[in-house]
Amino acid sequence: MRFRIAICLIALGLSIWSAAPARAAEEKVLNVYNWSDYIAPDTLQKFTAETGIKVNYDVYDSNEVLAAKLQAGDSGYDVVFPSASPFLAQQVKAGLYREIDRSQIPNWSGLDPAVLKILAVADPSNAHAVPYMISATGIGFNIDKVKALLPPGTKLDSWSLLFDPAILAKLKGCGVTFLDTPTEVFPAALAYLGKDPTSQSLDDLAAAAAVASKARPYLKYIHSSKYINDLANGDICLAHGFVGDLVQARNRAKEAGKDVHIGIIIPREGAVLGIDSMAIPIDAPHPNNALKFINFIIRPEIVSAITNTVGYANAVIPARALVKPDILTDPVIYPPEAVRAKEFLVPPASPQYERARTRAWIKVKTGL
Amino acid sequence: MTAIKVESASRRSSPGGRDQGRKGPAIGRRLPGGRFLVGLPPYLWLGLFFALPFLIVLKISLAETQIGIPPYKPLLDWAQAGVLELRLNLGNYRTLFSDDLYVIAYLNSLKIAAVSTVLCLLVGYPMAYGIARSSDRHRNALLMLVVLPFWTSFLIRVYAWMGILKTEGLLNAFLLWIGVILQPLQILETDLAVYIGIVYSYLPFMVLPLYATLEKMDRSLLEAAADLGCRPFRAFLSVTLPLSIPGMVAGSMLVFIPAVGEFVIPDLLGGPDTLMIAKILWSEFFDNRDWPVASAIAVAMLVALVAPIMIFQHFQRRATE
Repeated sequence: MRFRIAICLIALGLSIWSAAPARAAEEKVLNVYNWSDYIAPDTLQKFTAETGIKVNYDVYDSNEVLAAKLQAGDSGYDVVFPSASPFLAQQVKAGLYREIDRSQIPNWSGLDPAVLKILAVADPSNAHAVPYMISATGIGFNIDKVKALLPPGTKLDSWSLLFDPAILAKLKGCGVTFLDTPTEVFPAALAYLGKDPTSQSLDDLAAAAAVASKARPYLKYIHSSKYINDLANGDICLAHGFVGDLVQARNRAKEAGKDVHIGIIIPREGAVLGIDSMAIPIDAPHPNNALKFINFIIRPEIVSAITNTVGYANAVIPARALVKPDILTDPVIYPPEAVRAKEFLVPPASPQYERARTRAWIKVKTGL
Repeated sequence: MTAIKVESASRRSSPGGRDQGRKGPAIGRRLPGGRFLVGLPPYLWLGLFFALPFLIVLKISLAETQIGIPPYKPLLDWAQAGVLELRLNLGNYRTLFSDDLYVIAYLNSLKIAAVSTVLCLLVGYPMAYGIARSSDRHRNALLMLVVLPFWTSFLIRVYAWMGILKTEGLLNAFLLWIGVILQPLQILETDLAVYIGIVYSYLPFMVLPLYATLEKMDRSLLEAAADLGCRPFRAFLSVTLPLSIPGMVAGSMLVFIPAVGEFVIPDLLGGPDTLMIAKILWSEFFDNRDWPVASAIAVAMLVALVAPIMIFQHFQRRATE
């Protein structure tokens, strides 16, 4: 009797444990998992009005969270927005995504071939992902403070601002910050050294780590988002940052009406290109709705409205005519051809190299 | 005099207790399985929310990594038809000792947790003592004030500390205003900020058990001490303090054990060089996507925490005897 009750309770527990979401054949529902603040206010309404598909929209704020959910399996999402490198690349290798049926994406023809070519580094032959928003990694700085501290005539166009100890010594007092991501700092350090920034040799990794370690004593902090506010408030004066975030800092400084003027550069040695993509998880419950959604998003009117809202460039050529002129002419959002030609994607790496990279980064940060 | 009276009173009450104890089985005989059912929920709870997750983590810690869903290989595999192969990969545990990083980070976590616990005790004891000795009218209000911060999210409170501690934050602005300092102090992103965050966040866990022991304490013992000519401070040292040891131990364990594995506070308030084991675990899990090694760290941490938990239980048992 006692035994039977215990068995019943355990069985009940297990059934709750394993209850998978019911999967009816393509009901009119779509589960989208996107970055926070990364869509236009009316995008989803328009999609539902047009297709009758109800969108469950969920947001996250780090690639790691997305990766963990997808790796665990059964995430229940139909469309997710992984960053191309290293996340999309690893996830494609791990077989986490469905192939995209291009016959269902007629708007594919509008995509910029140059962006697709870079994205193919992460997703060979663009089989699994469609580019969403694009932004390089660069340097944002407080124009007045940096110009006052550096010798007149110093060119503000290079990674040396971030890695040259002579420059850092002068800027230390007013605050220099790094992104807390080895896949951003080490390629930038390699570009500064004149080496191939996509190199995966352990010697190059050691060289990059040495440069970063030498810069470490001059840094105020290493963090991947704090710099946005601090740069806008004038608390720091030079930040390694994602251009999209730096633009946000520049806008906030303007809105606050404080006497803070922010300059942004994409260094001439070449910079990491961040491409956020749209992909369909292998176990997505509504893959056909997902294809409809992706095709809808890359329609010029829709994607340009998103660009106008969030301030990131998109990869749809016919959409440019509909982008606000102040965004389209901004050289850090839509960079000129010469700058774009030097942008690169960090290629996927072996687990051994990744472990070495993580370890080298901890050593840069803690000295251990 | 008073002390003796108390003792005899307690002796008188004990036979009654035994009597009730005798009634228990009688009810049990009438309702078969009743006692078993009452005892079941705690075990079920422990089984479902402690043992089962722990066994899953233990299983992953013995697996090999793979690129796929899930990111580790199964332990049991049908190698050939009819041959079930069990592969246990102990390499993940060896990794923990192949690099000083893990041990140093763990020791650093222990240090930060120990210092925070002592600080919590120093701050929390006077608070608990004050509340226990306050009038009935004030006591509930004071207890409420200790518990009140729990009404807002822990995360929001830690973010609020970022606003207080940063260079142009409230604390620096105040210190500059009263002229104690001329330059703002760098507190945020240092170990000091981590200590402040942990002491603030875990203080209620120290105050409440301390309060419970101090409030339960028989005040007539202090009267007896006074009758025998003991000064209040001496009475505190030789009566109150020893009697409150169970509360101190309970509070210290409640602070120390979660503080060792604390992730949010060092991540938000600490600097990039604040080395704690939870941050290393995060990096194994998310940067290296090495679930087996991350699980091995978790298991190792748990094993290393079993000792303090045993001490805690030992003291608790002694306190209830």
